[in-house]
Amino acid sequence: MTEYRMFKPPALITFITAGYPNIKATLEFMLSLDKHADVIELGMPFSDPMADGKVIQKANYRALKAGTKIKDVFNVVKEFREYSNTPVILMGYYNLVYKRGVERFIKEANTSGVDGMIIVDLPLEEAEEYLRVCEKYDMGTVFLAAPNTPEERLRMIDEASSAFVYLISLYGTTGARNKISELAFNLLNKAKKVCRKPLAVGFGVSKPKHVKDLIEVGVDGVVVGSAIVEIIEKYGENAAKELEKKVRELKDAI
Amino acid sequence: MKFGEFGGRFVPEVLIPPLEELEKAYKDIKKDEEFQKKLEYYLKNYAGRPTPLYFAENLTKKIGGAKIYLKREDLLHGGAHKINNTIGQALLAKHMGKSRLVAETGAGQHGVATAIAGALFGMKTEVYMGSEDVERQKMNVFRMKLLGAKVHSVESGSRTLKDAINEALRDWVASFENTHYLIGSVVGPHPYPTIVRDFQSVIGKETKKQLIGIEGNLPDCIVACVGGGSNAIGIFYPFINDKVRLIGVEAAGEGINTKKHSASIVAGEKGVLHGMLSYFLQDDDGQIMVTHSIAAGLDYPGVGPEHAYLNEIKRAEYVTVNDKQALRAFVELSKTESILPALESAHALAYAMEIAGEMSKDEVIVVNLSGRGDKDLEIVMEALI
Repeated sequence: MTEYRMFKPPALITFITAGYPNIKATLEFMLSLDKHADVIELGMPFSDPMADGKVIQKANYRALKAGTKIKDVFNVVKEFREYSNTPVILMGYYNLVYKRGVERFIKEANTSGVDGMIIVDLPLEEAEEYLRVCEKYDMGTVFLAAPNTPEERLRMIDEASSAFVYLISLYGTTGARNKISELAFNLLNKAKKVCRKPLAVGFGVSKPKHVKDLIEVGVDGVVVGSAIVEIIEKYGENAAKELEKKVRELKDAI
Repeated sequence: MKFGEFGGRFVPEVLIPPLEELEKAYKDIKKDEEFQKKLEYYLKNYAGRPTPLYFAENLTKKIGGAKIYLKREDLLHGGAHKINNTIGQALLAKHMGKSRLVAETGAGQHGVATAIAGALFGMKTEVYMGSEDVERQKMNVFRMKLLGAKVHSVESGSRTLKDAINEALRDWVASFENTHYLIGSVVGPHPYPTIVRDFQSVIGKETKKQLIGIEGNLPDCIVACVGGGSNAIGIFYPFINDKVRLIGVEAAGEGINTKKHSASIVAGEKGVLHGMLSYFLQDDDGQIMVTHSIAAGLDYPGVGPEHAYLNEIKRAEYVTVNDKQALRAFVELSKTESILPALESAHALAYAMEIAGEMSKDEVIVVNLSGRGDKDLEIVMEALI
């Protein structure tokens, strides 16, 4: 039996980069997403987002240019908590956590109302302290698996992920694609056999049809990122309405 | 897998299997006599090894202290030590059945050395280079293209070496099935720092043999410049267990107290980037800073994890030399020995000249002259006018 801790399937997980185009807009955007999304994934801007494609790279760069600090990311979650109980997970790169100190970071995140963490460049082998601290503060953990992840590793990733397992749909960086590749479905089939935690698929998922196809084959959640950030790229501070529209379209496909 | 707490493998999950594959392949070829013979053949007949260990008599006399020897890596094909590593890794990639190479480059020296190896072994080669560097190093861009490599100008982030590495990693995440990422320094996730160190250790092995032949003794001191740190670890490593002072020279740029430098060991803090735990120049949030050095090859905000470790256990010392001092050393060596050092190597030379005067005449300093200065003539000319 799958253990659902953060969300009930089928879930729509939507991503935006905090501080893009500025931190004030982020709160407004989170509230827009919240109308239809089941989980909000908030990207912490980083100077070197090596797993991200062009759209999210630019969002990171702009957010930092606008002066966004980690403290601001925590604060925006805190403010969001005055309006909503929707789970919020922070996504980012390990140096942000490491530099602050793992314990201090997770403690502050927890106090701010963050429910879970995704650290893209932190594989299991390097995650001992992180896992211990997350458990202490009851912080949900999400590890990623890729199409080339062997079954045995998948089992360990499942074990370490308390919130859900994030399946990467392709070989490459984040960014909208036209089609969900065969790799995603193969990985999902493999993961279904060995994992006990909920399975979410991300990277390249951008259209309602993608969402529908994935949910139909039994994914517990889908993550849509770049396709949403593209709307912010286009509409800037005034993106709230368009964001809501996009999220509703995606949710309707479930 | 680690150097004390430094190094490691901080990468997205998708890169774990390719890195394991690489580690296994590297273990195989390390023991494979045929492979080692092939590597030796190309290093000798193509790259130009062994390189001379030259007693810089004029410079020594002028300073009037310790004897200064230069390990002439500048005489290698391509003009720098980089080719020791690219030939090794290209052969390794071939052994793994890969048909394509990707690489990052700052000044373009590693890009050129990769293009050379790619052309030599018939592999498709693509090089990522920050658009700032493409602008600054037009000649090297042209050389790479002439050798058949494709050069991608990287527009993201600070548009320099660190962003070129990010972009090369992004390529590799999507292409690892047929592509080898040929990292140019002792940086990146395990096993890269070890592989690059081993291929560059030929510098130190030769130096040891040559100096014992000439002086009958080990040197008192070895000085090398440190950006990522490949030429330094290459000459240090075979002396790690000997009683020899090892000194790494970082770039102080416009001054260690300004923000315009690249001294990640001397002025940085522990952090995680490009797959490794090491020292990085970063702000309080852990955002990586934009660095500066007149020597593009030293213009990197981090350093190889083994250097971080050697610093921590105090086996090697790390010091800094600024742009101006490096320029002076560049001119001095040109005048006294008619040798134009790369601006990177000029950092090592500047420090060696400084300490040589305080040492006795029977002591010996070896400077790793990691590259030649022709590529820097324009920059030097501009700075001196």
